[in-house]
Amino acid sequence: MVEVRGVHKSYGGIEVLKGVDLTVNRSEVTCLIGPSGSGKSTLLRCVNHLEKHDAGELRVDGELVGYEAKNGKLYELTDKRVCEKRSHIGMVFQRFNLFQHLTVLDNVTIGQTQVKHVDREKAKVKARELLARVGLDAKEKHYPAQLSGGQQQRVAIARALAMEPKLMLFDEPTSALDPELVGEVLDVMKDLAKSGMTMIVVTHEMGFAREVADTVYFLDGGVIEESGDPQKVLTAPTSERLKIFLSKVL
Amino acid sequence: MDTNGDVAVKVVPVRHVGRWFGIAGVALFVAMLIHTMLFKVSSSTKICTVARGVRTCHGALVWRFQWDIVGQYFTSSEVLHGLVITIELTVVSMIIGIVLGMLVAVMRMSPNRVLAGVAWTYTWFFRGTPVLVQITFWAFIGALYPHLSFGIPFTHVAFFHVRNVNVTFTTLEAVIVALGLNEGAYMSEIARAGLISVDEGQIEAATSLGMTRRQSLRLIVIPQAMRVIIPPTGNEVISMLKTSSLASTVALLELFGAVSNISAQNFEIMPLLIVASIWYLLVTTVLSIGQFYLERYFARGALRSPPPTPIQRLKRDIWGVASKFRTKRGVPGVSA
Repeated sequence: MVEVRGVHKSYGGIEVLKGVDLTVNRSEVTCLIGPSGSGKSTLLRCVNHLEKHDAGELRVDGELVGYEAKNGKLYELTDKRVCEKRSHIGMVFQRFNLFQHLTVLDNVTIGQTQVKHVDREKAKVKARELLARVGLDAKEKHYPAQLSGGQQQRVAIARALAMEPKLMLFDEPTSALDPELVGEVLDVMKDLAKSGMTMIVVTHEMGFAREVADTVYFLDGGVIEESGDPQKVLTAPTSERLKIFLSKVL
Repeated sequence: MDTNGDVAVKVVPVRHVGRWFGIAGVALFVAMLIHTMLFKVSSSTKICTVARGVRTCHGALVWRFQWDIVGQYFTSSEVLHGLVITIELTVVSMIIGIVLGMLVAVMRMSPNRVLAGVAWTYTWFFRGTPVLVQITFWAFIGALYPHLSFGIPFTHVAFFHVRNVNVTFTTLEAVIVALGLNEGAYMSEIARAGLISVDEGQIEAATSLGMTRRQSLRLIVIPQAMRVIIPPTGNEVISMLKTSSLASTVALLELFGAVSNISAQNFEIMPLLIVASIWYLLVTTVLSIGQFYLERYFARGALRSPPPTPIQRLKRDIWGVASKFRTKRGVPGVSA
């Protein structure tokens, strides 16, 4: 589903990703862990081309992200085509980023009606279905500012799911939440994983990673230090840096 | 109330002596204002009466502010016609200004250097020269271009021609163009401030849903920027209402032009200035009310509960006072 080969990314001379390889299979949950500044979020944002990678190859569903290979050259895709491809990849942000001027229901319908050109009534039906799935069907007329952080993040998940994505990216979805609200968001994500969604999750929730992930990648300093089965990686780490990291977060 | 026993403690509020002096001073000033505005004074015109062979004279009593003359001209056809032109100038040039300002703000933020440069230069030029100069320039554009043709330079290719510019391009149109272009420069900075104020996460979220740059601008960024854009824009509309009086310098008889025309004939300068001022104040009041409701509309979602409208506030105040009177004899407030 996602193939990352030797991806590099620099911001103004500072190399954030120094050749990353990663594979995500369909219906698998992949967790990216690591200290802050290790490049986890950047890697995630490269997958849906919010950031352009400088070198290497990144494929989603067999297709290059942001480029097209023709006659041995890479052609940058037009804004429109990048957008079309992005609409099949859902993303959930650390700070929710719900559209503040729209009600909960409109937040979940706007992508469907404006990007996928779904009929407004059909979009509403689907939105209500998804809101019920995240347990927020009673809040459809509320504005994001009237909801708790956990509720906002669940709406954000519903908004992403409304696009019927084949892949979901989560960028530290519980880091901005009060501790007692983390559980409700993780529960929604667990349900999603059970339903067979392919997910890449940047997280500091080691419990979630151990329970749900099929593979865990540990990033440090822009490279993948260690990866594999969560039970093995999180309980019997081989790399010295992962040992230090785990001793701090567990 | 914390009773800490059986007897409730009586709270004596702090006395603000200074405030009472302040109120007395303001009251005195208001009294003087009312006195000078509304009471009649004797004028230099003598009125003489002969009673039982004794002739007595005294100055005729008139309003210092000559409200009779104000009333006489307040709804005269020249003044009303001027008012219509003032409103027309304000509305049309503000529309041009807002549309242009939005466009220039978006251009300014474009990754394309040429577009951004053009936008910057436009703002620099139209903010950098006095609006009076610009009005005069456009009113006399015919002197610079007696005939106007748009085409490709150094060739004979022309897309369209305007003959006799000074005839086809009326003064009203010239002033509208001048005010609109000038306003566009100021509005572009206001619009840019609004666009910048929207959290980048909003754009990222829109992008991640697959929206194009244009869609996220139209559906997500601009509606949220409006909350920041509207208060200064209201300011600009009110400012424009009064700036439009500069049109009188190129012989366009808007409100101020109309009253100065009248006072040039009857020398009643002050009452006619009052006529114009009252009209300007009335229109400003209407605009301010409109701004309040517009702000309320675009603040939706930004606040947990919207602020009350003046009518709601009035109702609440009346209820508050009424309930105070009702509970006066009983125990006021809520018991702990």
